[in-house]
Amino acid sequence: MRAVATTNEAALIARVLAGETQLFHELIRPYERLVYVTIFAILKNESEAEDGAQETMISAFRNLRSFRGEAKFSTWLVTIAMNEARRRLRKAKSAAEDSLEEIGPESDGDFTPAVLTDWREIPSQALERKELKEKLQEAVKTLPEKYREVFVLRDIEELNQEETASALGINVTLVKVRLHRARMMLQKLLAPYLKGQSGFVKRGQTWEMQGKPARGGFFRRWFQ
Amino acid sequence: MKLECKHVWEHISGYLDHQLDAEMLAAVQKHLESCEVCSAILDSTRNILVLTADDQTYELPVGYSERLHERLAAVLGGHGSS
Repeated sequence: MRAVATTNEAALIARVLAGETQLFHELIRPYERLVYVTIFAILKNESEAEDGAQETMISAFRNLRSFRGEAKFSTWLVTIAMNEARRRLRKAKSAAEDSLEEIGPESDGDFTPAVLTDWREIPSQALERKELKEKLQEAVKTLPEKYREVFVLRDIEELNQEETASALGINVTLVKVRLHRARMMLQKLLAPYLKGQSGFVKRGQTWEMQGKPARGGFFRRWFQ
Repeated sequence: MKLECKHVWEHISGYLDHQLDAEMLAAVQKHLESCEVCSAILDSTRNILVLTADDQTYELPVGYSERLHERLAAVLGGHGSS
């Protein structure tokens, strides 16, 4: 996704603005997934997310002139996608109030993680992958919005702290605090389902993956 | 620096992101070596993040890209093309 050289991108943007509008297709192609998944993870509704992703791209096209290049193009797109997701969330909520929303102040509060000393064992009791995926998506959706937004950008989209802060219009410290809180909430919600599912085993001080080749990027990120 | 479990929990995220300073990192690591509970919490959190970042966890709907570009084509068309 970030393989597109920034210079090419800047040139593409300039050409689209100069009238070669068809190049917009090419410009956004690397970010199709980013935009859809961002909205989907917030809403957990496929048709809303798809429609939202389309609206995001159309909006990006119409407002392309306002992109100044002070942020990365991807971050700019994510900002639009996040606003689109929020707008749709508001709309859905005006019908059904979400009682989880106001969960209190920013402080870490009293948090107790799920304690499972034996979670690495017993693969036979593992849920099917599909079910786990569903559980994970559901758990993310139940996070209070401000935590969910940070989690989606940092841990699903793998934006860095600064990009996340910029996309959400908050500072880096708040990104860290909210991310920690979101992760701990998810740990509590999901740890009971993780027995044997992870595919990762610890051998001494190192981690090894079972049955599946490691993907460079996130593997390095979590297993240094 | 000796840490209790609940203090270690506060630093799990920072630990996973490699953001702890040297002193805190050493204290957390020392605690983890001898605490099965905190090790399991750390491991399960890390596994959730690995699953989260897996492309298979959040998949694109079939035909998404085609529909997106089709809709865009209609919009871009109205702006003249090259």
